[in-house]
Amino acid sequence: MVLPVIIFLPLVGAAAIALIAPSRSTALKPVAVATSAATGALTLWLMAAFDKHDGDFQFTQLTEWVGSAGISWHVGVDGISLFLVVLTGLLFPIAIVACDPPHDAKAYYIWMLVLETGCLGVFLALDLVLFFLFFEVVLIPMYFLIGSWGHENRKYAATKFFLFTMLGSALMLVGMLVLALLTARETGNAVTFNLLELANSAGELPTITARWIFLSFALAFAVKVPMFPVHTWLPDAHTEAPTAGSVILAGVLLKLGTYGLVRFGLYLFPEASRYFAPLLFTLGVIGILYGAVVATMQRDLKRLVAYSSVAHLGFIVLGIFSINTEGIEGGLLQMVNHGLSTGALFLLVGFIYERRHTRQISEMIGLQKAAPVLAAVFTVVMLSSVGLPGLNGFVGEFLILAGAFVAHRWWAVVAAAGVILAALYLLWAYQRVFHGTPDDANRSMPDLNWQEKLVMAPLVGLIVFLGVYPKPVIERMEPAVNALIEHMEEVEGFESPTVDDRPEGSFEELRTLKADYGDEGEGH
Amino acid sequence: MSTLVDLVWLIPAFPLAGVLILMALGRRLGEPRAGWLATAMMGGSFLATLLVFIGLVGHDGDERETVLTLFEWVPAGKLAVDIGFLADPLSITMALFVTGVGALIHLYSIGYMHGDEGFSRFFIYLNLFAFSMLMLVLGDNLLLTFLGWEGVGACSYLLISFWFTDEANASAGKKAFVTNRVGDWGFLVAMFLAFLTFGSLQYGEIFYDVESHGMAASTASAIVVLLLVGAAGKSAQFPLHIWLPDAMAGPTPVSALIHAATMVTAGVYLLTRMSPIIAEAHGWVPDLIMWVGLGTALMAATIAVAQNDIKKVLAYSTVSQLGFMFVAVGTGAYVAAIFHMVTHAFFKALLFLGAGSVIHGMDGDQDIRRYGGLARLLPITSMTFVAGWLAIAGVPPFSGFWSKDEILAYAYGENRLLWVLLLATAILTAFYMTRLVLMTFFGPPRWTDQEVGTEADEEAESASESVPEQALPYRHPHESPWTMTAPLVVLAGLAIVAGVFNLPFTSDVHFLGNWLKPSLFGNAGHLPFGGGTQWVLAIVAIVGSLGGVSAGAAVYIRRRIDPARIEHPFLARAWRIDELVTNFMGGPGRRAFERTTQFDEQVVDGAVNATGTLIRRAGTKLRVSQSGLVRSYALGIALGAVALLVWFITRAGL
Repeated sequence: MVLPVIIFLPLVGAAAIALIAPSRSTALKPVAVATSAATGALTLWLMAAFDKHDGDFQFTQLTEWVGSAGISWHVGVDGISLFLVVLTGLLFPIAIVACDPPHDAKAYYIWMLVLETGCLGVFLALDLVLFFLFFEVVLIPMYFLIGSWGHENRKYAATKFFLFTMLGSALMLVGMLVLALLTARETGNAVTFNLLELANSAGELPTITARWIFLSFALAFAVKVPMFPVHTWLPDAHTEAPTAGSVILAGVLLKLGTYGLVRFGLYLFPEASRYFAPLLFTLGVIGILYGAVVATMQRDLKRLVAYSSVAHLGFIVLGIFSINTEGIEGGLLQMVNHGLSTGALFLLVGFIYERRHTRQISEMIGLQKAAPVLAAVFTVVMLSSVGLPGLNGFVGEFLILAGAFVAHRWWAVVAAAGVILAALYLLWAYQRVFHGTPDDANRSMPDLNWQEKLVMAPLVGLIVFLGVYPKPVIERMEPAVNALIEHMEEVEGFESPTVDDRPEGSFEELRTLKADYGDEGEGH
Repeated sequence: MSTLVDLVWLIPAFPLAGVLILMALGRRLGEPRAGWLATAMMGGSFLATLLVFIGLVGHDGDERETVLTLFEWVPAGKLAVDIGFLADPLSITMALFVTGVGALIHLYSIGYMHGDEGFSRFFIYLNLFAFSMLMLVLGDNLLLTFLGWEGVGACSYLLISFWFTDEANASAGKKAFVTNRVGDWGFLVAMFLAFLTFGSLQYGEIFYDVESHGMAASTASAIVVLLLVGAAGKSAQFPLHIWLPDAMAGPTPVSALIHAATMVTAGVYLLTRMSPIIAEAHGWVPDLIMWVGLGTALMAATIAVAQNDIKKVLAYSTVSQLGFMFVAVGTGAYVAAIFHMVTHAFFKALLFLGAGSVIHGMDGDQDIRRYGGLARLLPITSMTFVAGWLAIAGVPPFSGFWSKDEILAYAYGENRLLWVLLLATAILTAFYMTRLVLMTFFGPPRWTDQEVGTEADEEAESASESVPEQALPYRHPHESPWTMTAPLVVLAGLAIVAGVFNLPFTSDVHFLGNWLKPSLFGNAGHLPFGGGTQWVLAIVAIVGSLGGVSAGAAVYIRRRIDPARIEHPFLARAWRIDELVTNFMGGPGRRAFERTTQFDEQVVDGAVNATGTLIRRAGTKLRVSQSGLVRSYALGIALGAVALLVWFITRAGL
């Protein structure tokens, strides 16, 4: 019963906010914060109560909804979705606390909370129609958040965002319907949109049909990720969105795409996933390099961070389509890491914008002098994004590349060059913005206030924690990931590319083995 | 089993504690207490290393590898990486000089950074660096070594751009990091290949696997070459050496600690650690290491001859000396490599700190053409600097002689041409160091001379070190405070006597060689000739060193040859390699980046916008939308979906 509560608690909060009288507008933010924080607390409880040895769905709830059409209310969580739920629960209160809307606060908070319900629903839904509903629900609040509270060019960006994703999801809807109906015909059972049942009959469909349906899903998710070449909505949407919108967009919404690729791509279409894997990880590698190169040349700080997402999400796609434990786990971990690091970067860029009223890199200089704490936090987040070991980004990136190397050696070798470019664009941006001697416009920029420090503290804390001790996350993911791979191997009859088992050894055994090396040694 | 070795975790824990305490309390502690705290942490770390060392000595000779695992770090799929420490002769040797020299340089920094507004921030970075370096050295697997590897790189970046208000410093920091990242790419791919081959990244498991099952020479070669790319980045070997001279923009203690004594030797450490893999590689692989080292050593030595910035001379000298160590690794002389690394850490840290003391005394001026006659005014600095000079020049019995002689002997055993070129490099080393010492401490004072450096030499100057043309202020060169001179004295002592660590006379006094033996798994090379040849070689080396010194004296005291003829602009501009890279990056490289961005804006996004415009025109004509584009689309899509749904349901006969 906990999952429906998690999903709909933000919606209840939104309703409550709708009922607050205009005269009591000061109560809006506290209600929004309290609702999202309570939701966040529930997701943390979920993580604590989660059985880390179980690779199946947990806390499932299945009720018939539109029985005749085979649509059900089916929700559940496993190691693949768990941390995306927690990430959502964490980022929303942070985004809500960090940024106040300049106008129409009531509508703003309502949309934010509706958005949270949508995001949580997407990650928890185990019925295709239910998933689709939540997937579409997410669009509307985001459209209005960008369109109403965004920057100068917000209308264009919001429309572009909406049309791009809508186009993808329309195709996906058709794909879903065809999948359900054809599966029913092949198996002779009643039509169902239940994810688990559909997955069980994966492989029943003719190969070519399954590949076409997979493509309709993959395109929808590719737009959402976004993958090259359908990424151009992202820089506009990120740049024009209000800070909280950018944080959620980067932190949570992009993961809808990569999550979808794992949950619906790999799980429902094992054969087609493997068939199209070369295409997808090639696009991933292109995204890594291309996103980084284009990010380097951006003049707008927020746009630069946006393009860095194209590169980071390219890594995640590469990991997923390595189709082995290391790669997929790395991808899942990197979804969380990217949410934390890029969410934090957008917050910091937002803080700077509030102070300087510009996002142009050329108008900023020497900010480290004016705001040393802001600069220090930015440095940590930047190094995390660059993939410095000891911080969160590295673990995910390394697992992705290690998994990819095992599966497709040369792609990983090329993708690894992305770590050079990541250092280039971020350090160059840092140099131009924070180093140098501040001019008059930048000299008196105030440093972070206590509220902003409070907002950044959990993000920075997690960035360090997950870099030093990612095990609690990885070990909860692993059973589900292994189950997914086993499912794929079973249906498709292929072997996930992996490392051979080698004999374990140690220095002690080596000594016994080589007891006589002491005699050789070095003579002079 | 002795329990002392289990204290190995304390070695990095001290500087880490320093970082955390200073982050919390640094500003409140202020100057000089923040510095004293950081120094105390390094002292504690050094003592912990000593205890572990004593513990290791207590073990039997071939039971000296102890692994202490703290916790699982990245357990994913077949990959299982721990946070664990490997205490063995090699790692503890490294840790000893890292913490020892580190502590001295921390102490020195208290004096050097006096009055800097970033005083406590400086010590946070310095402690963080020491922590990372110790993780690099003590890590029991490649990934943890890589953590330290990247950590020292990040600290190097932070410390080079420490005085960030100056654009040149900021650029130098970025350049160091990005260039190192090129090398890190090699390290990363080497790890992937190791993981694929051995299913593990732990040194113990890898070496066991190699020893018990062997490995394909091609795989071993690939791993070593990739590691060499990484090592070349960190240890500033050609062509990735370009960042190190620029790195001199950092405060001088940083140059001494990071860019001379410790971090830059990490590449040599890594290759030494991986000696069992090098042993499995094709024969050309060690040769490649050797020739990269030789080429770098020779090139950097010729450049050092023509530099006028005291720190640049030392920087190129460091690049050159690291080349010596690579030659040693390539010839299988791992012990000589580590030996030279240790003696180099002493004398080069000494020289850098001495240079810092001079710069301090000269109010920040770094141009040796405006020095001269400082011996009288900076007695301790000059005395200790002379010790460092004789050590690096290879004059017996100073420490550098012993370690360099051993490398030369192995080079002779490997290849006569290699030996000749390396000997030439050694002679050049003696020459340029003599030039540096003479121009700085002896001869007439030139610090009131306004004419220097404003004429012909100007052309050879790079942009970052331009000589101010206005009249120089009147200077009072002065000796530094005791916190700065005390480390100089200690390091001078070590630079003089450190040769006793590894004397060549009998195998009993070959202490370092015997001590390191268990860490090298019998992969260390042997000299193919006896003591007689060695004596001859040593005498030739001594003659060469003295020859270099005399030549330096002839040019820079007696003026037998016009120095301008030696200090060729091509050398002063560092063989123009840096310019080449900069021009490429700023020219074709930048244009390629700009083209890609234009492609994104105009082609990829252009196609999207063109489609949008087309649809909007059609929409306007049809007058579907009065109330906003999006709503009509949403409606259209919803209707379409419903229609499809109906169609499917009717067709499926439900």
